Amino acid sequence: MTRLWSWGALLIGVAFFLMPLYGMTEFSLKMRRGEYSFDAYVTVLGDPRFQATFGYSVLMAVLTILCGVLLVVPTAFWVRLKLPGLRPWVEFITLLPLVIPSIVVVFGYIRLYNTSSWLPLTGSVTGTNMLLMFGYTVLALPYMYRAVDTGLRTIDVATLTEAAQSLGAGWVTILARVILPNVLGAVLSGAFLTFAIVIGEFTMAALLDRPAFGPYMQLLGANRAYEPAALAVIAFAITWACMGLIQLVTRFSKHNRVAR
Amino acid sequence: MALPRARINLPLTWLGVVPFFVFVGLFLLLPTLYIVVGAFRTPEGGFTFGNILALNTPTILSAYWVSIKIAFWSSLIGCAVGFAMAAAVTVGAGPGWVKNPLLTFSGVASNFAGVPLAFAFIATIGPAGIITLYLRHEFGINLRLMGFNLLSTLGLVITYLFFQIPLMILIITPALEGLKREWKEAASILGATSFQYWRMVAFPILFPSILGTMALLFANAFGAVATAIALTGPSLNIAPILLYAQIRGDVLGSPNLGYALAFGMIVITGLANALYIVLRARSERWLK
Repeated sequence: MTRLWSWGALLIGVAFFLMPLYGMTEFSLKMRRGEYSFDAYVTVLGDPRFQATFGYSVLMAVLTILCGVLLVVPTAFWVRLKLPGLRPWVEFITLLPLVIPSIVVVFGYIRLYNTSSWLPLTGSVTGTNMLLMFGYTVLALPYMYRAVDTGLRTIDVATLTEAAQSLGAGWVTILARVILPNVLGAVLSGAFLTFAIVIGEFTMAALLDRPAFGPYMQLLGANRAYEPAALAVIAFAITWACMGLIQLVTRFSKHNRVAR
Repeated sequence: MALPRARINLPLTWLGVVPFFVFVGLFLLLPTLYIVVGAFRTPEGGFTFGNILALNTPTILSAYWVSIKIAFWSSLIGCAVGFAMAAAVTVGAGPGWVKNPLLTFSGVASNFAGVPLAFAFIATIGPAGIITLYLRHEFGINLRLMGFNLLSTLGLVITYLFFQIPLMILIITPALEGLKREWKEAASILGATSFQYWRMVAFPILFPSILGTMALLFANAFGAVATAIALTGPSLNIAPILLYAQIRGDVLGSPNLGYALAFGMIVITGLANALYIVLRARSERWLK
C-alpha cells in the first residue's frame, strides 16, 4: 500500500516534469520539416539582438552580484559582530522582496525617480541602467543575505576579527582578506542564484524599457514559432548550470571547514 | 547626566549598517511606501478612500478574483503533489536514491520560471504543441474540442505547477525529515495503524508547515507576471497583467487607481506571507 502510493506519486510527478522538458526540446529541433535539425538554435544564436540582449543581461547580472556582495557581506558581518539586536529587523527587511511583488517595486521606481523628481534616474540611460541594477539587487537580497548569513554562522566572526585587529588589520582588510575568503562558498552560492534570477528577468527590465534578455525572449515568443522553444532549452541549461555550480561550490567549501 | 557618553558610543556602531538602510530605504521601502500613500491620495494630494472604493468595478474585481483562483489552485495542487513526492522519498517506500537528484532538480525547476517556462508549455500542450498534436494524430483526441486551452486559467495553473511543486518539495523535505522515528515507534507500540499514526501524530505536527508553505506558494503565484504575459499576452484579465498594462499605458485612466490596484496586491501577498510566518513559528515548536 505504502509502496504503491509512493511510486505512484513519484511517477506522476516525474512525468509532469519531464513532459514540458521533452516538449520544448523536441519542438526546438523541428524547424526543418520532416527531420531533426539545430536550425532554430542557429537562427537564435546568430541573431544580433540575441547577442546584444544576452550580453546586456550577463553584464547586469555581474554588476548586480558585485553590488549585492558589497552591500550584503559588510552588513551581515557588522550585524553579527556589533548589532546582534538588529538582526531580526535586517532579516525581515531582506525577506520583504519576496512579499512585495517586483512589479509593485518597479512601479514605485518609475514614479519616484522620474525626470521631474529629486533624483531623476530614469532621465538618462546610465541612470536607468543603475536603477535596474539596484532593482535586481533588491530582488536578489533575500537569497544573497540568507546565503551569506548562513556562511557567517559557521565561522567564529568575533575571534577572527579580534585576531586580525591585533595583527593591525583595518576594517577593509578584515572584510576582504579574512571574512570574505571564509564565506566565499556561501557568497558564490548566492551569486549563482542571483545570476539565474537576473539573466531571464522580465518585469523590471520591460517596464524600465531596457534591452535585456527577458523582454527579448518575450518579443520573440510573440512573433516566432520554433525559436522560443530553443530559447527555453538554452534558459533551462543556464539555470541548470547555475544550480550545478552552487552544489559544486557547497561541496568544496565543506571540506576546508573545521567541524564545530 | 549619562547622556553625553551614550552619544559618543552610538553613532560609530550604527555607521556600519547605514549603507544597507540607505539602500533598502531608497530602492525598496520608499518606492513601496510611495505606492501605498498614493493609493490613499487624490490627484491634488488630499487624503481619500476613493481610490480603494473605485477598485469596485467588474473588470478589476474579476482580475483580482481570477488571480486569487489561479494562485489558490496552483498552491493547493502544488502542496498536495509536492508533499506526496517528498513523503515518498523521505518516509515512504519510494527509492531512497531518488531523494538527492529530486532535490537538485527541484532547485533548478523552482527557478525555471518566467518567459522560458511559458515557451516550454506552449511547445508541449499549446495549440500546436508536441503532445497536443500527438494526441490528435495518434488517438484522435482533440484537446481543444474537449475545452482545454493553455491560454486560460487552467493553463496558467498547470504551468505554475512547474515551479510550485518543486518549491513545496524544497521546503517540506526538511520538515518530513524532522519527524522522529521514536514517534512512529511509540504510536505502533500503542497499537496505532500506519494510517492512525499519520492522521493523529505526523499530520498534526506537519500541518502548520504545510499550510504555511501553501501561503508562501500562494503569494509566489499571485505576484508572477512574466510567465502569464509570455503565455497569454495582455489578453487574460488577471491582477498582475492589469497592473502591467496600467503602468505601460494608464489603461484605467487614473494614476491613483493604479496605486490602489498595486496596494491591493501588496495586501494580498502580505496577508499570505504573514500567515506563513505565524505558522512557521508554530511548526518550529516540534520540528527543530
